[in-house]
Amino acid sequence: MGQTFSEKVLGAKAGKTVKAGEIVTVSPDYILSHDNSAAIIQEFRKLAIEKVKCVEKIVIVLDHVVPASSEKYAQNHKNIREFVKEQGIPHFFDIHHGICHQVFSENGFALPGKLILGADSHTTSYGAFGAFSAGIGRSEAASVWATDEIWLKVPETIRIEMSGKLPAMVFTKDIILYIIGKEGADRANYKAVEFAGPAAQDFSLPSRLVMANMAAEMGAKNGYFVPDEKALTWLEERAQSEFEVVASDSDANYETVLDYDVSAIEPQVACPHTVDNVRPVTAVQGTPFHQAIIGTCTNGRIEDLKVAAQILRGKKVHPDVRVLVIPASRKEYLQALQQGDLEALVDAGCLVLNPGCGPCLGAHQGVLAPGEVAISTANRNFRGRMGSRDSAIYLASPATVAASALEGKVADPRKYA
Amino acid sequence: MSKGKVWKYGDDVNTDVIFPGKYTYSVLDPEEMTKHALEDLDPEFACEVKPGDIVMAGKNFGCGSSREQAATCLKYAGVQAVVAKSFARIFFRNAINQGLPVVQCSEAVDNVEGGEKIAIDFSRGVVKTSKGVFDFAPLPESILRILDAGGLIPYTKTKMRKEKKQGNDHA
Repeated sequence: MGQTFSEKVLGAKAGKTVKAGEIVTVSPDYILSHDNSAAIIQEFRKLAIEKVKCVEKIVIVLDHVVPASSEKYAQNHKNIREFVKEQGIPHFFDIHHGICHQVFSENGFALPGKLILGADSHTTSYGAFGAFSAGIGRSEAASVWATDEIWLKVPETIRIEMSGKLPAMVFTKDIILYIIGKEGADRANYKAVEFAGPAAQDFSLPSRLVMANMAAEMGAKNGYFVPDEKALTWLEERAQSEFEVVASDSDANYETVLDYDVSAIEPQVACPHTVDNVRPVTAVQGTPFHQAIIGTCTNGRIEDLKVAAQILRGKKVHPDVRVLVIPASRKEYLQALQQGDLEALVDAGCLVLNPGCGPCLGAHQGVLAPGEVAISTANRNFRGRMGSRDSAIYLASPATVAASALEGKVADPRKYA
Repeated sequence: MSKGKVWKYGDDVNTDVIFPGKYTYSVLDPEEMTKHALEDLDPEFACEVKPGDIVMAGKNFGCGSSREQAATCLKYAGVQAVVAKSFARIFFRNAINQGLPVVQCSEAVDNVEGGEKIAIDFSRGVVKTSKGVFDFAPLPESILRILDAGGLIPYTKTKMRKEKKQGNDHA
């Protein structure tokens, strides 16, 4: 019997052949944290040691509340900057770089075959480049800083075999929402999800990031694609270190293989208050809302901003709604600026915010009042997440959100193809 | 084995309703965290929870964010344990790492009423409710050691001290 990707990566790290279900103690290649580094530092100090063990493995990106919106956040950022200096942490990205998952990827840390841990649940994103990447908590991050090791259970693997061509105005966001809606928010709990099949080869790298990012919303420990030529070319000029492509053997033991024909999928919308409460856009079109958000770590890249600009160019957003645009990083922002996409969006009446997490987790920059409704390209719509407990969030692709912004109610983007 | 009052909830209780995101980077003190425990799910919980109480829920408890405060706020609120049909992976780890016992036992959840007093015997691996006694598989030894130490940070601290001492002894 062959091995899965996860068995291979974790086995290589553990120095032995391992099988799903085994617990291994391993040392990661990189460990990511963001504004929560302030809390991780607090935990690290409790260990009463002076220096982190492997300073070059630590990557810190300030993104959650940037620039600081209160004295408390400012103090957290200050504590983190001081710690970075004190420890000599080389990979530190201050508030002007963007969202951690985009910054981590575009700076070449997300590499095939690497074991990456992050104190953020959407660390699964780096599977887009063939990495094994999983979210962990704060205590664990502090402990990894100190000891350079962690215990992990080798996950079973669900293979998602995708075939067919994506219809116009249907994107990987729609596919992953559709899959989560069918399979449920806990279908992949503790498990790895392998995104494969002929359709996967057609997806751009940013589109793969969307799916790996949202694997977390199926409960997955990690979600990944096998890197192809397209991925390797992209990585060539960015890679921070040597890497080796790892892929499952053809006779690997999968928990399940699920087949999806992407050509049959319509634009999808996740309705309040769970990510698996998914319906086709045709079933919810006409639903009124107050705020639209185009951006976040899920859908804030150039191809996302471009499709939104394509729909909104030369038109005006509906006067009853407000539209926030949040590029995923400074690099994506600059590109969209140079290519005129941001100009089109601003001209249409959108408000462009600085790259960062924005209101996604309800901390600042456009939180919702009681009774308000948002439609967002983000990855999570839990009750109260974006502000009031009595607000609601719909999740969709940038095209669906842009079309909805235009009409002032949830709208089908296919008429703007 | 002390009895605790049950706070019973449904499936997919997520980290945003256990500990809202708006507090995650501004509230760093565990005592203050307890004031927001389950705020967006059950506003009464934080006011009325007593030390030794038990949270019981359906499947996928703690899904969503990696925020450890979801476990920390329950632990410091005095919750004795969380019993659920299943746990989301990161919450499960965070609970252990905060020294908060987690028990996976579907039958107990199906046979308990919110508000009743139940007992959990961790050494025997049973939950006793008014409707019966239900078995659960005990956690692996390596994980129990972290729980017994009161969480991952005290566990790692002791471990590193021991290793340093051994290193010095061999030097």
